[in-house]
Amino acid sequence: MGSLEQNPPLYSASEPHGNRSIGAELSTLSGRLAVMGGLAEAQLAAVVEALATRDSEAAAKVIAGDEAVDDLETEVNSRAMRLLTLHAPVAADLREIVGALKISANVERIGDYAANVAKRCVIVNEYPQVPAASGVIELGHLVRQYVQNTFDAYAERDIAKAEAVWRGDADIDALHTSVFQNLMSDMLVESDHVLACTHLLFAIKNFERIGDHATNIAETIQFLVAGTRMAEKRPKRAATDPPADAYNVLGGHP
Amino acid sequence: MNMESIAPVRPDTNFESTVYHLKTGGSGTILEINNLRLWYGQAQALHNVQMTVEKGLVTALIGPSGCGKSTLLRCINRMNDLVDGLKIDGEIRLNSEDIYDKGADVIALRKRMGMVFQKPNPFPMSIYENVIYPLKVDGVNDKTFLAETCERALRGAALWNEVKDRLDQSALGMSGGQQQRLCIARAIAADPEVLLMDEPCSALDPIATAKVEDLINELAGQYTVVIVTHNMQQAARVSDNTAFMYLGRLIEYGDTEVIFQTPKSGKTQDYVTGRFG
Repeated sequence: MGSLEQNPPLYSASEPHGNRSIGAELSTLSGRLAVMGGLAEAQLAAVVEALATRDSEAAAKVIAGDEAVDDLETEVNSRAMRLLTLHAPVAADLREIVGALKISANVERIGDYAANVAKRCVIVNEYPQVPAASGVIELGHLVRQYVQNTFDAYAERDIAKAEAVWRGDADIDALHTSVFQNLMSDMLVESDHVLACTHLLFAIKNFERIGDHATNIAETIQFLVAGTRMAEKRPKRAATDPPADAYNVLGGHP
Repeated sequence: MNMESIAPVRPDTNFESTVYHLKTGGSGTILEINNLRLWYGQAQALHNVQMTVEKGLVTALIGPSGCGKSTLLRCINRMNDLVDGLKIDGEIRLNSEDIYDKGADVIALRKRMGMVFQKPNPFPMSIYENVIYPLKVDGVNDKTFLAETCERALRGAALWNEVKDRLDQSALGMSGGQQQRLCIARAIAADPEVLLMDEPCSALDPIATAKVEDLINELAGQYTVVIVTHNMQQAARVSDNTAFMYLGRLIEYGDTEVIFQTPKSGKTQDYVTGRFG
């Protein structure tokens, strides 16, 4: 046999595209989702600030601002539906779209929780400041940082960052438990604080739930980028976790 | 095969080796393709293709035009034998028998493999005569047996209810989709071990395509199907395993769901998402 053909050149992914529009539509989709995430993060930052400064007017803006997050969710969903319908996407394209649908639902909930905290904030501001409020604000800052890292991981398609966020949820849970205990102790000591602390209890639960949604987003990022799931179960019962009776500050059964 | 006339395997630095994640059917392997290389004159069309086909499953061959998928399919029933200047090296085993063995009976081999082509090719005779043609060629004359086989094959091809009252009419009067299902009926009448399909739906409208795809799903299990298709959605819908070929090489071969959800090779990813090809 004579000389064989030379090894043919590798194709290049930048060659003219078989399906030009799907790439552009996908980047618009992830761009709009990033905007939505940024907005939810800004809502969260604003409500933490409103709690820290006892600014009811700022809290009212957060409540009003939730509608914009909801509108973006509707837009992201309809863009995703359009892509699914018109392009019958597969592989990474399909994961990108399914991921956007899942993440947008999580972001929408994060926005809701931020607005819920804002509602509590307006009420709490009618009462004198309670000492345990500083812990609530600290938890708010931690959760906000965590959410910001999550959206950074999405924008950068960074699995390592997503996994760090995913593991970090244990810190939120631990701080939540500690703040919960402080609020309960405060109520036991000062009956005047009961009303404000009760509303703050709801606020910290909302922060804790935001952490859970960010964790879900981190899992979706892993799926979207690599098509795999997190290698292990989430470290829910880590050393930092509260013992089973941590919420029972009275010592008896809750 | 004349091994001396063919150049030795050269290290292939431009391509990574094939990625495999085969889905098994539990019934073992029916076809084994070992290090298959093929040249049309000086041009190499297949490079070291190494794959097995699972018995009872549907295997799709996909890839851009000229990638070698039809060439590979045609090697399986030795339809390439008559092409001028063709050289082939490596082996293909059907149930462990080397089909390119010097003593292999090509006619007998082709009876063990049904073939369905791009365009329906019914013979200019009645529907009945078309279906039983492979048995007639084999010298079968038992009328009851032929009638039973005809009905079984037409039922198997999901065509019986449409044509049972006009078996004596010309097959050329059928619609394109019916003609293609007739060709499938003719192929399965001989009870082949493998059904080879070369873009069987490319000349059909969407409704007829859906019927043929349903049929492929029904035939799976009973028959082993190897299908070449340009339609990636079709490969995704009908096949258990998918082989992605590019420039005569097998790039990735395995579970269809993996190919279309989380392909392991970047080239597969770029092809199935329409980035090239």
